[in-house]
Amino acid sequence: MSGLVPLHLALVIPLAGAVLIALFGRWPNVREAVTLATGVALFWFVTSLLPHVLAGATPGVLLVRLLPGGLSLVLRLEPLGMLFALVASGLWIVTSLYSIGYMRGHGEAHQTRFYVCFAVSICAAMGVALAGNLLTLFLFYEVLTLSTYPLVSHHGTRKAMKGARTYLGILVTTSVAFLLLAVAWTWVLAGTLDFRVGGILAGRAEEGILLILLALFVFGTGKAALMPVHRWLPAAMVAPTPVSALLHAVAVVKAGVFTIMKVVIYIFGLDLLTATGISVWLMYAAGFTVIAGSLVAMAQDNLKRRLAYSTVSQLSYIVLGAALANTWGVVGGSMHIAMHAFGKITLFFCAGAIYVAAHKTEVSDMRGLGRAMPITMAAFLIGALSVIGVPPLGGSWSKWYLALGALDAGQILFVAVLMVSSLLNIAYLVPIPIRAFFSKPADGSEPPRFREAPAFCVAALSFTALGCIVLFFLADDVYRLLIPLGGG
Amino acid sequence: MSQALQAQLPVLQVLIPLLAAPLCIILRRRSLVLPFATGVCWLTFLVSVFLLGDVLEAGVISYEMGGWAAPWGIEYRVDALAAFVLLFVSGIAALVLTYAPRSLTDEIPASRHYLFCTLYLLCVTGLLGIAITGDLFNVFVFLEVSALSSYALIALGGRRQALPAAFQYLVMGTIGATFILIGIGLMYQMTGTLNMADMAERLPAVEGVRTALVAFGFLTVGIALKMALFPLHVWLPNAYSYAPSVVSAFIAATATKVSVYILLRFMFSVFGLEFSFEQLGLGRALMPLALAGIFVASTVAIFQRNVKRMLAYSSVAQIGYMVLGISFATATGLTGGIVHLFNHALIKGGLFMAMGCVMLQLHSVDLDEMAGIGRAMPWTMAAWALGGLGLIGVPATAGFISKWYLIQAALEQNSLVVAVLLLLSSLLALVYVWRVVEMAFFHEPSARAREAREAPLAMLVPTWVLLGATVFFGIYTRYSAGVAEQAAEAVLRGLP
Repeated sequence: MSGLVPLHLALVIPLAGAVLIALFGRWPNVREAVTLATGVALFWFVTSLLPHVLAGATPGVLLVRLLPGGLSLVLRLEPLGMLFALVASGLWIVTSLYSIGYMRGHGEAHQTRFYVCFAVSICAAMGVALAGNLLTLFLFYEVLTLSTYPLVSHHGTRKAMKGARTYLGILVTTSVAFLLLAVAWTWVLAGTLDFRVGGILAGRAEEGILLILLALFVFGTGKAALMPVHRWLPAAMVAPTPVSALLHAVAVVKAGVFTIMKVVIYIFGLDLLTATGISVWLMYAAGFTVIAGSLVAMAQDNLKRRLAYSTVSQLSYIVLGAALANTWGVVGGSMHIAMHAFGKITLFFCAGAIYVAAHKTEVSDMRGLGRAMPITMAAFLIGALSVIGVPPLGGSWSKWYLALGALDAGQILFVAVLMVSSLLNIAYLVPIPIRAFFSKPADGSEPPRFREAPAFCVAALSFTALGCIVLFFLADDVYRLLIPLGGG
Repeated sequence: MSQALQAQLPVLQVLIPLLAAPLCIILRRRSLVLPFATGVCWLTFLVSVFLLGDVLEAGVISYEMGGWAAPWGIEYRVDALAAFVLLFVSGIAALVLTYAPRSLTDEIPASRHYLFCTLYLLCVTGLLGIAITGDLFNVFVFLEVSALSSYALIALGGRRQALPAAFQYLVMGTIGATFILIGIGLMYQMTGTLNMADMAERLPAVEGVRTALVAFGFLTVGIALKMALFPLHVWLPNAYSYAPSVVSAFIAATATKVSVYILLRFMFSVFGLEFSFEQLGLGRALMPLALAGIFVASTVAIFQRNVKRMLAYSSVAQIGYMVLGISFATATGLTGGIVHLFNHALIKGGLFMAMGCVMLQLHSVDLDEMAGIGRAMPWTMAAWALGGLGLIGVPATAGFISKWYLIQAALEQNSLVVAVLLLLSSLLALVYVWRVVEMAFFHEPSARAREAREAPLAMLVPTWVLLGATVFFGIYTRYSAGVAEQAAEAVLRGLP
């Protein structure tokens, strides 16, 4: 029965959308309508998969038998991928709305290329989410890197090219040099690359080799931005803001931590990691990135760069959850994929709205902006509080479970790390809306009059801000979706 | 197809282009000679398709030339490996010639087109002959047929540098061929036979004799020269960059690959795995050279301003991958090496064809002149980018399949270092490919690029066929990796 679910539609829909967008490039209204229709169709399809997962089924589709030796490209649905697919496809619709306002409000060039690449990127993200084995995951991981390159270099300026080169260089270098090696090595050791509950590596190699393999996986997944392979993320901030919002707060970076989570759960297996303790170093590496990312974020005056470093820090929450290798840690980390996505995309939407409406990019210039852009700044506050983890906002739950996971693993230190990080988050995020509302502009001029960003932008950022609140109350459903992850 | 005709397929494979070559001189008229030669090439391709089908179905085909029985007469011998090489050499020959007319008109005076066709068909004859024959001296003869015609083909290049490039190739190629001839002569002296299968049987009795060792040495060096194995590659970059675009595409895709085939034949089929690799340690000699070639040539490629030259250095590096696969002397390694013969032939042939399109419209393949060319020639450069991804070895391209096998082979032998080096080398490929992609698509157009137009369909379609095939064979590998696996097994088994 499970073989009947046409999972490949999740790839076909955005790809067909990309083709249509290219064909209708000359008529912007039709083009944008196609983008939105594709987004809705994709989200509808992904939602229709939910009952299968909740029923405990893991339907799969064989795409193609790649090598005679039994290596195939396979899609397979499971809870973690379900969550990632839902978040990415759902937020794509919102981001498309936002892009329409942003790209037009800003008079950007090459908009057709932009929307085509965006659709292809989403296709790749779906591929990552639904990948049924490591090779499929790797394939779409690389497609995601390549298809986002034109988006990062969109402006075509020297600075944009340089940023895009750093982006491509780090992501491809790490994935080819480490991740592919790890994948090939796993194949040699285990004779399979399938994601299986309980892992495939148990008893296949000595501890030392497993340790090296885990390191190869973690640092090979450059998209997870674990220090020291995080530099591409701030560099990618040269992209137009919708790109930063969806790709560098949701699809691309989450594809990274998602990969690590998948590897930990389905390749190594939680039991193997707990029994051997080979992931302990990873907790420290992630903990370091959490703190260091926040500290660097405090020093940034450019808002998008500050958010980028905040993302670096937040991603390591998820890596930390994976490294804890117990049910709470895995559930908390996975939940953070969704919670952080909503919070951070709101913040990026706000940053873009401020840029479009007030042409400001530096935090120090944003004092007193609350009068002009009350909705944007209110949404920023909500997003910030969710990222910090204050109830009643979604982010509080994932931090709660992560803290439980750390306690469960007997690692009190990392509970402290989470708390310190929250304090740091408060320090670098909250002052921005507070000063916007309660301070006067730095140059002493009168506060500007009401001038919000284009309606599309405001609608999008209001929606995601509300999402942060709604997720707080939906946490139980997310929890029920994710709990099988720890049960293996 | 009638039984009688089917039995004659092996000889037809070589005979058709061989007889057609002088006919080109008789036809002479440009409007006649190009379609004629193209038709002949497609016919040859058809023959090779049937041959491969027969071999996969019924096993090794042995054909006695003129009815003379094997050790005395010349034997044509088609196994999976030979059929595989025949197929892609004749296929690419046909495709390149289909693509050729517009490019030739632009680069070679019309009065010489019949000469071009004659030489081209002779070159095809030589390359096919090498792959099909089971006779050592016959290998040498066909080697010279293909080499002499390719020297002349390169010399047809429009720029004056084509002449010294062809001459340099001639000198180096002749040294290589002479070494091979000396090697064959010595082996004949030891065994009294020239038939490969026969010699493989008689060699073990005389393996310890110094003459056999000397023959082995001469052959190894001679073949290494012919296939441009680092550091014997110096002739290649000039030859590839100054030859006419069509010639670059054909020779880059096929000539060195056939030399790698000769290496496989001599070292595995004639000398045998045990002698070449276990007693003499050929693998230990080849592996460092292959790795050095990959790294040095890829690095040099990064610094080239002329894109054809860059591709030529990349070819030297890619030969390194094939030789690396061979040097493992395991089933996986050989499969990787052999499948890369095929995959790289597609990729590099396609890339040179795309450069031919650029040459036609831009009259330059200089990197700076190519700034922004992606806007004027989107289809050409998109094809190029596709091929470039194959060179890097991105998944879902043919290049990935080759690399996957090679990495497996390295890991199977626990040589983690080799696996890491292999992966790092793809990063060098990324750099030299991306320089061109970035220049073509993300830079403001140069003055020339602004005026350029998209290449004619007659050239674009064959280019896309070849580069589209690299994606096809990156996903459906039954007829590339599948056949290569069979070929590797056959090679490892040795001659019966």
